[in-house]
Amino acid sequence: MSGVPEDDVTVRVELPAHLRALARVKGELSVEVTGTVSILTVLDAVEKKYPMLEGTIRDHATRARRPFLRFFVCSEDWSHNPLDKPLPEAIASGKEPLLVVGAIAGG
Amino acid sequence: MSGVRVLVGTKKGAFTLTSDGKREKWDVSGPHFAGWEMYHLKGSPVDANRIYASQTSGWFGQIIQRSDDGGKTWFQPGTPPGESTTAPDGAPKGESNKFVYNTSAAPLTTHQFYDGSQHPWEFKRVWHLEPALTDPDTVYAGVEDAALFISRNGGKTWEELSGLRGHGTGPQWQPGAGGMCLHTILLDPVNKERIFVAISAAGAFRSDDAGKTWKPINKGLKSQYIPNPEAEIGHCVHRIAQAKQKTNLLYMQKHWDVMRSFDAGDRWTEVSGNLPTDFGFVIDVHAHEPETIYVVPIKSDGEHFPLDGKLRVYRSKTGGNEWEELTKGLPQSNCFVNVLRDAMAVDSLDKCGVYFGTTGGQVYCSADSGDTWAPIVRDLPAVYSVEVQTLG
Repeated sequence: MSGVPEDDVTVRVELPAHLRALARVKGELSVEVTGTVSILTVLDAVEKKYPMLEGTIRDHATRARRPFLRFFVCSEDWSHNPLDKPLPEAIASGKEPLLVVGAIAGG
Repeated sequence: MSGVRVLVGTKKGAFTLTSDGKREKWDVSGPHFAGWEMYHLKGSPVDANRIYASQTSGWFGQIIQRSDDGGKTWFQPGTPPGESTTAPDGAPKGESNKFVYNTSAAPLTTHQFYDGSQHPWEFKRVWHLEPALTDPDTVYAGVEDAALFISRNGGKTWEELSGLRGHGTGPQWQPGAGGMCLHTILLDPVNKERIFVAISAAGAFRSDDAGKTWKPINKGLKSQYIPNPEAEIGHCVHRIAQAKQKTNLLYMQKHWDVMRSFDAGDRWTEVSGNLPTDFGFVIDVHAHEPETIYVVPIKSDGEHFPLDGKLRVYRSKTGGNEWEELTKGLPQSNCFVNVLRDAMAVDSLDKCGVYFGTTGGQVYCSADSGDTWAPIVRDLPAVYSVEVQTLG
């Protein structure tokens, strides 16, 4: 099952440390998502709850994923999947977090 | 009691260095925004507690930070310190990070890429923040790809002054080695409508109507790396500086060549004189002597370090051409650092202080106009920018 839950669901999101600092949170975030649970709707919910993160995961103008960030879902790389593709039930149910991961690219 | 606050942007965070007017003992605070590239920090000339900072990352993009208490605490404009980070009405607060170009029509749509082809404009980062001379809530941002933005609400939102890219030569601008950046913004203290900017690699530009319209001011520049060395645009200007007492008097460190203009950039003349090399990035003017200027010569565009491993500031008291080397307190062997374009500043104390930072993490201060130097700190991350506020 992947999903379109009938009610709001709570989705867990794990962000890189620098974005957690910007959002002033420790550990995982959790956000409420209505309707289809996809990377798109989860990011919309994250940016609504933590508006200081706007522009940091997706480019302000193009809304494209920043090239040095990746989306990992249940041990799979979803970075190049359509953003509106429904996420697995494990994410929609809160069993597993959506991972937003910074590329290992030196620095 | 007078004093100074030095604002230092580095590759891995920001630091503030404070001292009294003697400039001998220093308090070091930081790193602020640890781990982030801090391209530039600058305080408002009318409110020393108001400081703007450009925080950026190849991973997470651009963040604008602001302090209203002299750098003790910081916040993204729109999210006051201590207030919930979530807007009660759900209104977005991330607008302070939003720099969107006007791409409505040619010539605003493309610029020249490294290979000579046309390339769409893409916002990458803020290189330089210039607070207005009279209003602490007004601040200009010079960005990469080269464009000028303004905020009139303390950094909450930004709009492009697109007359700069739109005046006609924009499609011919091309990136320098560090990217195509608008790195210098000078606000004229006498002619309030006059703004100067400099872009690598396009050149210097001037507006006489507060940023609405612009013209290139590059006559007299000669650059061998463009097809026509004396073209109107295409020059890799590294920095320009203005004499505050004679505001038509400008100085320029170009890729190669140190230049001077007596007429607000209408015409430039080379004043490299007896410099051992006239490649470099920084140039600045003594706070009280408009003909006293400072540069840090760098060996070449292929070897970004001082000649012979000797870190030397050169000072001219004649507006260029005749230069003296300043070495007391600076390393004179095995020194292979660089001094980047935004990494020199002067204070306005009676005995003018001069400051610069290096890619080796040292920040040097001279409290006697360059005669002698001492390191304030030696081991910061690579220094991107140095600004100084004169307090009290």
